[in-house]
Amino acid sequence: MNEFENDALVLEPERYELHNTNSAYRFDVGRRGFMGSFAGGILILVAGKGTAQERPQQNVAQGESGAGRRGGGNAAPRDVGAWLHIGEDGAVTVYTGKVEIGQGIRTSLAQVVAEELHAPLAQIKMVMGDTDLVPYDAGTFGSQTTPTMAPRLRKAAAAAREMLLDLAAEQLKADRTHLVAEEGRVSAGELGSRSFGQLTKGQKLVKQIADDVPTTPATAWKVEGKPAPKVGGREIVTGKHEYTPDVKRPGMLYGKILRPATFGAAAVSIDTSEAAKIRGVTVVRDGDFCGVTAPSDWIASKALAAIKAEWKTPADAVSTKVSSKDVFEYLKNAPANGGGGGGGYGGGNNNKGSMTDGLAAAKEKLQRSYTVAYIAHSPLEPRCALAEWSSDGKLTVWTGTQRPFGVKSELAQAFRIPEDHVHVIMPDMGSAYGGKHTGEAAIEAARLAKQTGKPVRVFWTREEEMTWAYFRPAGLIEVSSGVAADGTVTAWEFHNYLSGASAIAPVYPFPNTHIQFHNVASPLKPGSYRGLAATANHFAREVHMDELAESVKMDPLAFRLKNLPAGESQDRLRAVFETAAKKFGWGHSKPAADHGFGIAGGFEKGSYVACCAEVAIDRAAAKVKIVRVVTAFECGAIINPDQLKNQTEGAVIQGIGGALYEAIDFAGGKIVNPRFSRYRLPRFSDVPVLETVLIDRKDLASAGAGETPIVGLAPALSNAIFNATGVRLRNMPMAPGGAIPELKKA
Amino acid sequence: MSIELRVNGATHRVETDPQCSLLAVLRDDLGLTAAKYGCGEGACGARTVLLDGKPIRSCSTRVSVAAGHAITTLEGLESAGKLHPVQQAFIDAGAMQCGYCISGMIMSSVALLKTNPHPSDAEIIRAMDGNVCRCGTHPKILAAIRAAGGAR
Ligand code: FES
Repeated sequence: MNEFENDALVLEPERYELHNTNSAYRFDVGRRGFMGSFAGGILILVAGKGTAQERPQQNVAQGESGAGRRGGGNAAPRDVGAWLHIGEDGAVTVYTGKVEIGQGIRTSLAQVVAEELHAPLAQIKMVMGDTDLVPYDAGTFGSQTTPTMAPRLRKAAAAAREMLLDLAAEQLKADRTHLVAEEGRVSAGELGSRSFGQLTKGQKLVKQIADDVPTTPATAWKVEGKPAPKVGGREIVTGKHEYTPDVKRPGMLYGKILRPATFGAAAVSIDTSEAAKIRGVTVVRDGDFCGVTAPSDWIASKALAAIKAEWKTPADAVSTKVSSKDVFEYLKNAPANGGGGGGGYGGGNNNKGSMTDGLAAAKEKLQRSYTVAYIAHSPLEPRCALAEWSSDGKLTVWTGTQRPFGVKSELAQAFRIPEDHVHVIMPDMGSAYGGKHTGEAAIEAARLAKQTGKPVRVFWTREEEMTWAYFRPAGLIEVSSGVAADGTVTAWEFHNYLSGASAIAPVYPFPNTHIQFHNVASPLKPGSYRGLAATANHFAREVHMDELAESVKMDPLAFRLKNLPAGESQDRLRAVFETAAKKFGWGHSKPAADHGFGIAGGFEKGSYVACCAEVAIDRAAAKVKIVRVVTAFECGAIINPDQLKNQTEGAVIQGIGGALYEAIDFAGGKIVNPRFSRYRLPRFSDVPVLETVLIDRKDLASAGAGETPIVGLAPALSNAIFNATGVRLRNMPMAPGGAIPELKKA
Repeated sequence: MSIELRVNGATHRVETDPQCSLLAVLRDDLGLTAAKYGCGEGACGARTVLLDGKPIRSCSTRVSVAAGHAITTLEGLESAGKLHPVQQAFIDAGAMQCGYCISGMIMSSVALLKTNPHPSDAEIIRAMDGNVCRCGTHPKILAAIRAAGGAR
């Protein structure tokens, strides 16, 4: 099985974007065509398949965020996952299909190459996410870049360094064992030294490397394991970096799309006559599609507003009938939608031991329900695409996406053209958080551009992004459990409706369990989100653990540790719990009046997190302020500690939104609050004192870190609020609109 | 109609509808794309520019209102290849992830430090609360502003 099939091994049902049909066309240029474009120097090809230890085992079991179907038609041989070129001028260029979306891999992957190649960081250029230049890649999601792409590039760079040493030995007539490669040069002591460029001059060497290239252990890293400034930082602070909406083409027009009045609505009539009268405006109609182009965004908006349309809302559709007010009732009673959950938790055959025996052994029994609302990713850069057709029918699209090759397939399919006629360019993006796996704007821009014969940009408004993209699904989670007098959990039944199966399995090795994911039809379009359902499942599990601890009068931390007997995964979770608790001073002080302490933690995608939170409650206003959050995070060997801290703290801050404030309100097939003024995102004043401890396990392979740190915060906050008030919060967001409804009642 | 705009010290004449937003004119007509569209209602701060030194949301400001005033965008901060101290502070603090919010963050910081060269944390938070960073870079942005404040 190759890497890509592996990526798509387990599909989680909330990821609607995976259920798009496959592309009709698949073309391979093949090795010969590809090699024709190689001029000179050294070229290292890396196989696509990662070794077993590179992929955390749980990933295979639980699936990955948004793993996609494979697009074909790339100009590289299929079995190549990345390549590295050292030109005759010594320039090192690395080609990968991964993309930079703020997570910092343009920098960390360059560090990986610099480490093994023994070249200065500045000498390395990363070419990313341009489908004409880079090898196929399923996409950047699921925290997979670090565990799969980094080891591949490490091996490529190590192999290149060995070839350079061979060349140097020959050219300098030196004993190979006495050569030292350093800072982009190979030196042979008194026999002199040569730069990489001098060594590769006149060469045309190609090597495809296998998996077994030895690489530097993390304990000996010199470049990796250390902070490195963000590549391209200067372009960002000067405004020179071009995000997709900043790219301009000669003669470019601005496009706007007519949206239905409600989800699933069919057009009864569309009158575009007034719009068409506006100077410079072109109206494009094609089946259900209706859009306009104009020489400015302003005129395009006016033209769109001039269209008169009548819509018929489907009365029976679940998107029409269900609202955010009654969604959880609906979820509980909705018929199963078929299809299993990721990780095999959808079938119902997920029993371990016996729930009957487990409950019989319990002193206390508990049944509780937890909910999470739909939320919007709200990347600051909404969807945008610029499309341009050439006279020979080839299509070039600039767009912000986590899956350039996925968008390429979507375009080829939408326009019934061969995939090698489509070129997708992905400028480093104003982020996504799992929300940009799809190519809606790309298809819209390409459709308008096809009609007008000019390049067209479609840049979604915030309202469009918060209505017509996809959402982190809502979920209802029911837990029923039993605990013995000594704090051992004896029975654990866990049902997740709709939100997903990620991290549904506890690290705690409970003896008797029944765990099930129930896939039901979603009123709103569901999709991937940072951490997927791991946030919802951890919220329910870790709040419930607190409730159980309370029922047997145990300290929340001691209770968790009691249920973590020795074992590889348990040991790593225990380590983050203990580290966070120590830094926080857990057990050493009591919270002040109206303050509370809470703890929660867990595991997802190969990494472990624990959070301790302190909150302060304003009882009169029913408001909560997060005072302090200590996070301990472990994801194996750390490649760039600064960047990891950014990702960890960024996830915690983003988590504040979903935990306390964010919720999409919908009714009658419409989003009620599709704008920032009505959808509260975390702001400076929400950010607590953050203390982050990164545990560097140099003995373990590096796992990804973009997602997991988000899962511990919400349950830690709920537990801290309980500690302060005695009121248990089981619904995310806990303070919609700023105030805690349960406290208003209390 | 034809409007004269003074941006980053240069005078530009643009043909535009006076109702059009300043941001659209800056980005689409003048090619100054550092200010970003984020929400279109002044609720995210991504398109913050300075009007006579004061921060404004260029998305909710009509171009006609800006005529005759000195407009400064992020592109106007660097002088003779040297970064403005606030720009440099953002680089030194590593205060960016995706970077989409950073233009607005820097412009709001510049405006703050102009009126209050040594702001307290509470003052920084108050001044910056209208700027959204979805990547959660807040701690490093705070550090950058503190450093730039101290450097003055
Ligand atoms: S760095 Fe991404 S929005 Fe601030």
